[in-house]
Amino acid sequence: MKLGVLCSGGKDSLFACWRAMQKEEVACLITIVSANPESYMFHTPNVRLAALQAEAAELPLVEVETAGEEEVELEDLERAIRIARERHGIEGVVTGAILSVYQATRVQRICRDLGLWCFNPLWHADQEEYLRDLIREGFAVRVIGVYSYPFDETWLGREIDADAVEELKKMAEKYRITLTGEGGEIETFVTDAPFFKKRIEIGRASTAYKNYNGTYRIEEAALVPK
Amino acid sequence: MILITDLCWKEDSLSRYEFVSPIENIVRSTGAPSRVRHFAAVQDADLDDADAVILCGTALQDNVFAEDFERLAWVRDCTLPVLGICAGMQTVAALFGGRIEPNPEIGMTDVTVVGADGIFAGKEVFPAYELHSFAVVPPDSFDVLAVSGRCVQAIRHVSRPIYGVMFHPEVRNEWVVERFAAMTEEGRGGPDAL
Repeated sequence: MKLGVLCSGGKDSLFACWRAMQKEEVACLITIVSANPESYMFHTPNVRLAALQAEAAELPLVEVETAGEEEVELEDLERAIRIARERHGIEGVVTGAILSVYQATRVQRICRDLGLWCFNPLWHADQEEYLRDLIREGFAVRVIGVYSYPFDETWLGREIDADAVEELKKMAEKYRITLTGEGGEIETFVTDAPFFKKRIEIGRASTAYKNYNGTYRIEEAALVPK
Repeated sequence: MILITDLCWKEDSLSRYEFVSPIENIVRSTGAPSRVRHFAAVQDADLDDADAVILCGTALQDNVFAEDFERLAWVRDCTLPVLGICAGMQTVAALFGGRIEPNPEIGMTDVTVVGADGIFAGKEVFPAYELHSFAVVPPDSFDVLAVSGRCVQAIRHVSRPIYGVMFHPEVRNEWVVERFAAMTEEGRGGPDAL
């Protein structure tokens, strides 16, 4: 089955992509570029770098812009999925939703309306097991946004390795945050994955941070041999 | 051992992560041992070893399980407690003579408990996650335990511990699976076991 993967550039969408590749054919990545930093559906910092990830994975990318207004952006998502179906013949869509009923419901409805299959291979996955799988299977993941207490400036640009997972675990237990950051506490960017032919090297980046709210903006990045 | 039956369109499919693994995780959290089998691969030995059966849901587009319910005829003769979830509820209803009708629903809805039963004890109205293209008209041999504004949400055989739920308990209603597992452990099944 030919599938299109909704890709924000973060760990969940790219891990979902990896799982999809192991069972079916991933025909393209689909990215929505939102102009609204408060987007309800789409993760925003550095999302244009998804083009670099698509190149690293040697996959075609369908990129659609949205103003990012609630519900209107769903029309843009539907447009993107329609384009992916026309260009790449996809029969289904893959998302990296873990717990978000809001996200999953809306993608499910679009897929139903278009007669497409919908897959959420991380749906209600054991979050700790998932993060460990991510590291073990060779994903390199950076934190590129923090949006809640207790994530301070030191998390910006930090790689999610085994030590980070341990810390996240303690924080999740103490502060009632989701371990994977799906509650919007953090955003991530994948610089390497087992299916990337090349990895992404970050050349220059800048941070902006205030009161547990900050972004790590990647200003220069390039593909380099693995 | 709880036999978790995968009703997805093929064995080891991409949907397994979404519709089987979350159920497996809930059962594991109760401490009950489990075994996953695809519906086309269930053997007599699996049923001999099992104390209960869970029939999992499928993707919205996936109705392969419904092409020939007789492949799951063993559910009709099964003396074990059975919990059918969504596609599993459709299977249970169809095997006992109920009807399956188009009735699509995606997202959260309020479910109202209308029948007293161990699994739903103490619950009156609760929000539940729906993901189905079809709903069921229960067979005569089943009582309705819960409903939503659109369709029947839970049923139980009048004399056997065979349940069906249309909503997906793995989303925000894990207690349904936990109580089913506890019921299995405590009494191998009567509705008054809890």
